[in-house]
Amino acid sequence: MHISFLNHANGRYFWVAIALVGASIVAYLLQEPHQTPNGGTWLGYTLGTMGALLILWLIYLGRRKRNFAAGWGTVRGWVSAHVYLGTSLLVVATLHTGFQFGINVHTLAYVLMCVVIVSGLFGVWAYRTYPEARNELKRSQTLDDIFLQLEDIDGQLKRDVNALAADIRGVVSSAIDRTEIGGGMYAQLAGVDSSKVMIDGNVYPNTDQVRVVAWLVERLSLAEGSETGKLSAVVRSYGARQKLLQVIRTDIRFQALQEAWLYLHVPLSIALLAALLTHIVSVFIYW
Amino acid sequence: MFEIAVIGAGPGGLSAAARCAELDVDHVLLESSPKIANTIQKYQKGKHVMAEPGILPLRSPIEFDAGKRETILGNWETGIKTVGVNIQYGAEVKAISGSQGNFVISLMNGEEVLARHVILGIGLQGNPRQMGVPGEQSEVVQYTLDDPGEYKDESIAIIGAGDAAIENAIALAANNKVYIVNRKDEFARAKEGNLNLIMAAIDAGTIECYYDSSPAGVEELEGGDFPANLQLKTATGDAIVPLHRIIARLGAIPPRKLVESFGIEFPSEDQNAIPALTSQYESNVTGIYVIGALGGYPLIKQAMNQGYEVVEYILGHDVKPADNDLLAAKFNGLPYEVEVDGVLALMQERIPVFADVNALQFRELMLDSNVSMPAKGDVIFKQHDYTNTFFTILEGTVEIEVNPTLRITANAGSFFGEMSLMSGRRRSASVYAGPQCIVIETPRRSMIKLISSVAAVKRVLDETFIVRTIQQKFAPDTPIEELQPIAARAKMHQFQPKEVIFKEGDEADTLHFIRNGSVTVSIEIDGRDVVMSYVPANTPIGEMALLGNTTRSATVKAAVKTETISLDKESFSLLLERSAGLKERLQAMVKDRHEQNVALQSNSESSDLMSFLMGQGLGEATDVLLIDENICVGCDLCESACAATHDGTSRLNRKAGPTFAHIHVPTSCRHCEDPSCMKDCPPDAIQRGGLGGEVFIGDNCIGCGNCERNCPYGVIQMAYKTEAPSSYWSWMLFGLGQKPGRGKAAVVGESSFKQAVKCDMCKDQSGGPSCVRACPTGAAMRLSPEDFVDLVNVVR
Ligand SMILES: Cc1cc2nc3c(=O)[nH]c(=O)nc-3n(C[C@H](O)[C@H](O)[C@H](O)COP(=O)(O)OP(=O)(O)OC[C@H]3O[C@@H](n4cnc5c(N)ncnc54)[C@H](O)[C@@H]3O)c2cc1C
Ligand code: HEM
Ligand code: HEM
Ligand code: SF4
Ligand code: SF4
Repeated sequence: MHISFLNHANGRYFWVAIALVGASIVAYLLQEPHQTPNGGTWLGYTLGTMGALLILWLIYLGRRKRNFAAGWGTVRGWVSAHVYLGTSLLVVATLHTGFQFGINVHTLAYVLMCVVIVSGLFGVWAYRTYPEARNELKRSQTLDDIFLQLEDIDGQLKRDVNALAADIRGVVSSAIDRTEIGGGMYAQLAGVDSSKVMIDGNVYPNTDQVRVVAWLVERLSLAEGSETGKLSAVVRSYGARQKLLQVIRTDIRFQALQEAWLYLHVPLSIALLAALLTHIVSVFIYW
Repeated sequence: MFEIAVIGAGPGGLSAAARCAELDVDHVLLESSPKIANTIQKYQKGKHVMAEPGILPLRSPIEFDAGKRETILGNWETGIKTVGVNIQYGAEVKAISGSQGNFVISLMNGEEVLARHVILGIGLQGNPRQMGVPGEQSEVVQYTLDDPGEYKDESIAIIGAGDAAIENAIALAANNKVYIVNRKDEFARAKEGNLNLIMAAIDAGTIECYYDSSPAGVEELEGGDFPANLQLKTATGDAIVPLHRIIARLGAIPPRKLVESFGIEFPSEDQNAIPALTSQYESNVTGIYVIGALGGYPLIKQAMNQGYEVVEYILGHDVKPADNDLLAAKFNGLPYEVEVDGVLALMQERIPVFADVNALQFRELMLDSNVSMPAKGDVIFKQHDYTNTFFTILEGTVEIEVNPTLRITANAGSFFGEMSLMSGRRRSASVYAGPQCIVIETPRRSMIKLISSVAAVKRVLDETFIVRTIQQKFAPDTPIEELQPIAARAKMHQFQPKEVIFKEGDEADTLHFIRNGSVTVSIEIDGRDVVMSYVPANTPIGEMALLGNTTRSATVKAAVKTETISLDKESFSLLLERSAGLKERLQAMVKDRHEQNVALQSNSESSDLMSFLMGQGLGEATDVLLIDENICVGCDLCESACAATHDGTSRLNRKAGPTFAHIHVPTSCRHCEDPSCMKDCPPDAIQRGGLGGEVFIGDNCIGCGNCERNCPYGVIQMAYKTEAPSSYWSWMLFGLGQKPGRGKAAVVGESSFKQAVKCDMCKDQSGGPSCVRACPTGAAMRLSPEDFVDLVNVVR
């Protein structure tokens, strides 16, 4: 139990990949000395074919992981093999090229492959890092739980400020109404916070709720009589609200980071497939 | 004076009255509601009504076949008109006095009806609790809500704070102004999910709540915008709310009290107990007959058949019950030259456990059972099988193989298989047929029902269980007779969840054997209880200290409702004397436990995790889905996989459920040892079986929703069957259709209706649980509680 895709079956596919890489290197070094290493030699063909088949199979993961009725293997095992054998391509394909790079479709395919692999490596890191970080951040609650707490606090605040002066009511409710969460891909990844607040009829940026908290604290110093107690309660609730928003925003950012690489990994895989086909067809034509 | 008064116009009552009409018997049918068959009227609109059990023929003057609720009700209405049933609506019976030949039936409306015989078919639904205030009979007051979509732009008050009230309020709030009237200052009785919904709606202002308030009256208004005013008594004074409609959801009054007031006795306090009846459905009050759901027959067809039969019996006609042919077929091939009734009598005579069961109950038991004649040497069940039926031997013998060296022969009249029946765990022995043997196999549910209503059966089973357990677990080579005196001194105990069985530091004077349920073992470190392990049913506990003659080294608490058998010190020493090798075997076991404890002790986080898991009721689980939040990427492939392999509805809810540290317990079936969902399923559609012992729901589910209500963990849903949509390639390459495993497709088939669905552990998938197999990172795992110790240890 408690086995992640990295140590699936005691790292079986790690060892398979090592064997594959080792065999490729040995064959490359033992290559007949008078032949320039190149995709056109016997070894070149073998490594190239192996590489191409591997790529097809790597892409097939997208299908397998959604083929829920499949009776064979587990997706965890597939991902394990995908990760290790995918990385081994870095060696297998490079040896195939015989280090002959240029400005052509062949090298384009190679570069695309490298980007896909690097993004995959980042993915593995992201999968191992963000879920744990997010779970700790949220103290084992779900994002929905935290949104519910936020809703509670918002409701509470709106009720509490009803009993307070109009300026406080205006500022707090505008800060609540103009709080922005999420946003586009970039905003999520970079953790952009475009929340605003309206004070005295002017709209100010309210990143991380700093502006409104500052205003409230200042206003509290001016408060008198019964207002003081009520307002300091509002300030305290607002502090809690600020914390919740930080958690939510960080979680959304982590989630975006955890998934963003797939937006590179998958489309580039398809591009790689196209470039690879072109490469193979073209070498047969110009042969 | 009527010859026969039939009370309750459900399927049973309708059929009885129709038979009376057909035979020109002077009769009356008394129905409390304004229409026939109130229970069926309350089904969801358009519900497909099933005619279970399929093999049972229908015997009634009125029609019934599987079909739409509306069609069936229509058929019944024309049916009773055609034969000329004398029915009175709005006639709620509140008392019956007198005796056979001269019953006086008093109605709520003050009238009295006289009859020689009474047939009681009032079902189990009970009557909705009324508001009990002036004006409660007003047109604007209703006690049910069929279709919330029917009402728009109305002002509606919901009275009550239970789940039904909340669900109605939420549904109506979409298109109406809704008030909810709560007698208390919180919604204490509601399920977690409903509680969140109602609190959110009240906060958002979509529903207005009157806390600490109760209705004081309903006043109808003439003209104006609103047809009525609801008067409320609130904590801060009186209030008046103008309304279009009042829906009171105050629960139902169960009919047992009423029935007892007629003089009818129930054999036990057990909630599920049914009145004792003769094979002609007559109760202990001569002249009052009980049929249908109230008599323990919870399906429409059964109720209708009984309605027909009971009239025949009252008239003194000799009819065979409709199930006679079924039993005849069952008994076909048995070497007896007698009729069905004869075979039944013979069985009861030969098998002492069944001797005290009344004829009607025994007949029902045999309908559920299977009679077989296995050839000599055939396997009846194997050790470690996950079956839990109960076997009795009618003829011949069987060989029980407890282990390769111990084979016991059981003779005609005795029984076996009671261990798994009681503990809900795997078979502890293999059983082979002997020469010329005939065995009866009875399903667990039927046996449990029997045990809860016939005390004698329970006693016999308990006694046998004790002596067999002692033999199997402690003294395999000692003959039963020698163990009898030890068994006689053994005691049975019942513990509630969290109750202490014994405490660290106590003097060790007894050994407990866990019969069902499970326990946790904990020790005190720095004033805190640190849980060290979990011990499932079918194992001894407390032997450590007894062997060493010391005090208890740990505290043992029941994790869930648990039953144990205890042996005192003297009996234990006697056992040690009589059974060679026992001491050594126990010592080996103790050593293993010590090692386990040391591993856990060093780590208080793992102990907290263990306590958390137990707190989630996982002590009664046999197989549970857990998610390691540290590696779960939230892709929901587990849910998609479940939906894709199970008619479009995921049986697990990943996000729901609590998390401790990073172990998350999603809402998903745990396949409990003693499943609450199985207890009250009319067609017995919930079964347990297969290699994994999974609990699953069959296609004969009638959609009554009992199991959904009975499951304490909320893992059962009522859902339509849908077809999984979309092909992968068209989605991937051209973005066509829906993402595989997501989204609902069209409901399959015309006659589709909501049936209960839950996790079946993917018993029909060749590779095992799809949720686990679809998880790309390995975060989803399925474990049995015995593995928890490893889990909490591996987790750093
Ligand atoms: C949601 C749901 C779905 C179901 N689906 C199916 C199905 O598909 N197939 C199937 O076979 N079974 C189904 N059942 C079970 C079936 O409804 C019952 O087994 C059946 O109705 C029992 O019939 P009965 O005649 O015993 O009692 P009921 O049908 O309960 O009838 C009792 C009648 O007595 C009246 N009554 C009660 N008290 C009094 C009183 N004091 N005075 C006068 N009259 C009174 C009631 O108003 C009612 O009309 C379902 C049950 C539910 C709850
Ligand atoms: C069926 C599979 C393949 C075949 C038959 C094949 C064939 C060849 C041939 C014949 C050459 C030599 C061309 C020349 O000398 O001009 C070559 C070169 C090369 N191949 Fe492949 N190849 C295959 C797969 C791959 C893969 C998977 C990659 C990497 C993604 C790749 C990248 C390259 C590169 C970068 C070169 C060097 C280009 C150059 O010489 O300018 N090939 N390949
Ligand atoms: C040329 C090489 C590769 C190709 C063509 C490729 C292609 C793919 C494809 C098509 C998917 C399916 C994505 C989806 O449908 O959701 C995928 C997923 C993934 N790949 Fe790769 N990949 C390659 C190499 C790698 C490498 C080297 C790694 C890591 C070291 C890697 C890690 C992953 C991971 C972690 C996933 C996600 C699995 C999941 O969430 O189900 N890939 N890849
Ligand atoms: S809803 Fe549940 S209890 Fe009712 S018939 Fe179906 S499986 Fe049985
Ligand atoms: S085991 Fe199968 S049915 Fe059960 S939750 Fe997992 S996928 Fe669903």
